[in-house]
Amino acid sequence: MSGTNALAVVVPSRCLLEARDVFYDFGETPALRGASLSVAEGEILAVMGPSGSGKSTLLYALAGILAPKHGEVDFDGQRLDTMREEQRSRLRRERFGFVFQFGQLVPELTAEENVALPLLLGGTRREEALRVARTWFERLELEGLERQRAGEMSGGQAQRVALARGLVAHPKVLFADEPTGSLDSLTGELVMELLVTTAREEGTTVVLVTHEPRVAAYADREVIVRDGRAVTSAPVAG
Amino acid sequence: MAFMTVPLALLGLLEREPSYGYDLKRDYDAYFGRDKPLQFGQVYATLSRLTRDGKVAPGEIEPGGGPDRKLYAITDGGKHEFETWLRQPIDPAPHLQTDLFVKVVFALMLGRSAERYLDVQRAAHLRRMRELTALKRKGDLVDTLLADHGLFHLEADLRWIDMTAARLPALAEVVSS
Repeated sequence: MSGTNALAVVVPSRCLLEARDVFYDFGETPALRGASLSVAEGEILAVMGPSGSGKSTLLYALAGILAPKHGEVDFDGQRLDTMREEQRSRLRRERFGFVFQFGQLVPELTAEENVALPLLLGGTRREEALRVARTWFERLELEGLERQRAGEMSGGQAQRVALARGLVAHPKVLFADEPTGSLDSLTGELVMELLVTTAREEGTTVVLVTHEPRVAAYADREVIVRDGRAVTSAPVAG
Repeated sequence: MAFMTVPLALLGLLEREPSYGYDLKRDYDAYFGRDKPLQFGQVYATLSRLTRDGKVAPGEIEPGGGPDRKLYAITDGGKHEFETWLRQPIDPAPHLQTDLFVKVVFALMLGRSAERYLDVQRAAHLRRMRELTALKRKGDLVDTLLADHGLFHLEADLRWIDMTAARLPALAEVVSS
């Protein structure tokens, strides 16, 4: 059984993250059927595809959230697929950031406490974690909302807080799964603008799952996932 | 008279205030000529035709000489023509036949891979969307509005491409029957 892609995936610089011939299923339902792709360091890659194509599952496999049933996932020279869960968990906490479509903030905590969470989980003292968290509010145009409860914010504000939380620990890779999926066009555009700008400033690699072409257009290139395989990829230079 | 022409654009700019040819070119380029700036020759040739047709009235040549020292003003006839154009909706182009569709049909009819064609087309559309997004990110509000228009149209094409890709087996049956 081979999962070789129809087209070679062209990457512009050092490969940071790679899936090779990855299979995954949810019981009887196959989700990934030999997906392969490479993500270059510093690249912003859009993973597109119709609903149910396996694009989110591929993101979870790349992020070490799911262990593939078959195939290999490499991150920065380490095999994620053979790593023990506690190691993967630490890697996710220390090297990866995440932004999802909904429900990712703790509603009872303030915005700054939400942003500080990855630092607190990593052992930073509370005062220091909150101080660092607050430095992100101006960058993401959230000044004045530091003490607001997450549950009382608008969708666009909540996504920007989630983005700050995803980047606060300076992850190597930011995984964003439909980060604008619940926002209107203008708000989604602001979130994407800030996501791309801050990721570039930080040198963070981004894997962005989206079904919206206008969101994917912020990326350097796109991969299309169809029937559990990454079937198309256009190089940056086109 | 649905589409804007250069004479109409100059009439519109002149309705705002009487202007010199140089100012008309500058404002035309800023708003409407991002892809294709006007040549000075075209500005003066158009103003000359509009003058002949009574839509524009040139003032006296001011000291300093040269064609650019003539102040042009719109006439009532010019205002009427511009107002008539501005009120008309443009045709919501139905695009019932497109090259995209023709290529898909021929690919299926002649046993080529329509899916492959659609993949290549999708990549080309997304590449153009990246270019427009880059333009929008570094440009001003006028660039943003122009880029948005292009982006939404390309997105509509992409939705058609995805729907068609999903319907290829059914379409192949129709074409081969």
